[in-house]
Amino acid sequence: MSAESGQPAGRSIGYLPEGNAISKNIAGRRIRGAVWRILFLSSLIIGIVALATLLYTIVDDAFGYIVVQTKVDPDTLADRPLAELSKEELTEILRANISSGLFRRFDRDEPFSERSKESVLALVEERVVGREVVAVYKLTESLLDRERIEAETREKYPRAELEFHSWINREFLSRPMSSIPILAGVGNAILGSLWVIVITMLLAVPVGVFGAIYLEEYASDNWYYRLVETNINNLAGVPSIIYGILGLAIFVRALEPFTSGAMFGVTDSNGRTIISAGFTMALLILPLIIINAREAIRAVPQSLRQASYGLGATRWQTISNHVLPNALPGILTGTILGMSRAIGETAPLIVIGASTFIVFSPDSIFDKFTVIPIQIYNWTSQPGAQFRSIAAAAIIVLLTTLLTLNATAILLRNRFQRSY
Amino acid sequence: MTAIETMTPATTAANGKYAIELRDAHIYYGSFRAVKNVNLQVQRQKITAFIGPSGCGKSTVLRSINRMNDLIPGARLEGEILFHGKNVYGADVDPVEVRRRIGMVFQKPNPFPKSIYDNIMFGPRINGWRGSKAEADELVERALRGAAIWDEVKDKLKQPGTALSGGQQQRLCIARALAVQPEVILMDEPCSALDPISTLKIEELMMELRRDYTIIIVTHNMQQAGRVSDLTAFFLMDSDRAGQLVEYGPTDQIFTSPTDKRTEDYISGRFG
Repeated sequence: MSAESGQPAGRSIGYLPEGNAISKNIAGRRIRGAVWRILFLSSLIIGIVALATLLYTIVDDAFGYIVVQTKVDPDTLADRPLAELSKEELTEILRANISSGLFRRFDRDEPFSERSKESVLALVEERVVGREVVAVYKLTESLLDRERIEAETREKYPRAELEFHSWINREFLSRPMSSIPILAGVGNAILGSLWVIVITMLLAVPVGVFGAIYLEEYASDNWYYRLVETNINNLAGVPSIIYGILGLAIFVRALEPFTSGAMFGVTDSNGRTIISAGFTMALLILPLIIINAREAIRAVPQSLRQASYGLGATRWQTISNHVLPNALPGILTGTILGMSRAIGETAPLIVIGASTFIVFSPDSIFDKFTVIPIQIYNWTSQPGAQFRSIAAAAIIVLLTTLLTLNATAILLRNRFQRSY
Repeated sequence: MTAIETMTPATTAANGKYAIELRDAHIYYGSFRAVKNVNLQVQRQKITAFIGPSGCGKSTVLRSINRMNDLIPGARLEGEILFHGKNVYGADVDPVEVRRRIGMVFQKPNPFPKSIYDNIMFGPRINGWRGSKAEADELVERALRGAAIWDEVKDKLKQPGTALSGGQQQRLCIARALAVQPEVILMDEPCSALDPISTLKIEELMMELRRDYTIIIVTHNMQQAGRVSDLTAFFLMDSDRAGQLVEYGPTDQIFTSPTDKRTEDYISGRFG
């Protein structure tokens, strides 16, 4: 330390605020800070407003008054409510009220002797009673503008009934697709989504995590491993439709004997199956899972590895006893992200040829399938307010599924969370 | 794989009084030579201190003895490090066995995020230990007693080791190393992250351990080297930035009448 700078009242170099200038200077700095703070806060507000608007639009469409009109009053068909009639009585009602050609066609599709009572009841409701939704109102107007809606209904549809309808309900969750919105459901789309996600995770999680372990714990710092790393990072940014094209070429076409199940004795199927979709989705989220698992593995302190090696542990003992248990929360985070992405993804499945209209539930991995986002996509592209409403209901189902799966994974992660 | 012979009277005689012997050891990180030409004999059941300024390679030498340097990509050793008369870098020696026989305590206490009990039992378990629950309990107690921490933790063996204080954590790490019954314990600045009272406890512990173990300690604290060690090795960075052994001898002699001018300058605090 030189003698000069040791003197408190030495000649000052440059300008440092003193006296009154100090508080003025601080005030200026605080203002600059406050401006930035407002900027940060407004970004947050924009985000919250956007989210709130999104939720509002969805909920607004998913609930509200509907005007229902029937071709025939069900009370005139029988002396008891339809649900209490036997299958034979229902069959007779059907025979009496529809053309004989149509009746024969239904019988040919599935003989009435073999049909369940529910299926005959559904036909009676659809073909004879003909409950038809003639007008749909949104939630906001249903709540705020009831008089106008009632007046409008009396004037336009004197015979019709006005009822408050939740488009998302038990039947909607369990029923298969239908071309009539009020009768349509997402039952088989939910099952399809679950099947696809299970296949995806079964393939992507082990492959991704094992790959990440190799890259982090075994691979040396060579140019070819660096090349692999760079490629994985780039693959994470490839548009999902490209993966769809890849899946179409490889799983649907090239591996058709396998993906259609022909190798396993499944007939009348092509490669556009659940397993093709699951494999394609697994490819799509693999980079995401690898990148996150690598981050998690890298975050395990080197000191723990050293402690383990120092006691005579082998590499695998170190990995299995210390690295993986401590990296598990991070690996689960990556898995959550991957799963969320796979559930919401539509484009690659459209490319590999997911069905938009199937009326049966998948019960094997070699079945045709549809998933919730494809149903949403399909319904939003249809004209009419009712389709908009069931699309909104399906969006709620999708979001709920997603949030439930995420919450489960987060709970799991918190259980494994440790501190070093 | 031929195992390093266990210590028997015969091998002890054949190997003289040295626990570890470095012969013409050069240590490289990639193409950079970090340490050059170290020749050093570590005596059994003595505390040997490695001292020297930062970057002089003393930690590098220490970590190469139990092949912990193997974990650093590009690190390699030329020359020989003999343990029971056998080169630990020989083609037929497994580094895992070397580390099992030559234990290590690190600069920063690094207990596993597991219970105190599991911290101790990890080493025996991975090394193929078999025994009853009662024997395991006994093993844990002996290791913790050996590290003079039993009385402090005996009632909370199921609590995480990471919840202990820094000094306790370090003694837990020593206990963990003792549990696999090594012959040599390497300590890499074991007190640099500790307060003076914890440091004192570790130093007292080292004096205790000297009865059964050979200890090599790297330290920045010259008073510590003077207090605890029997022998002192002074390392210094050369003009070509490679560390080398300047002087090695009984601690009293190094501290009172060093033969090398550089040692004297360092000891008397003129640099470093």
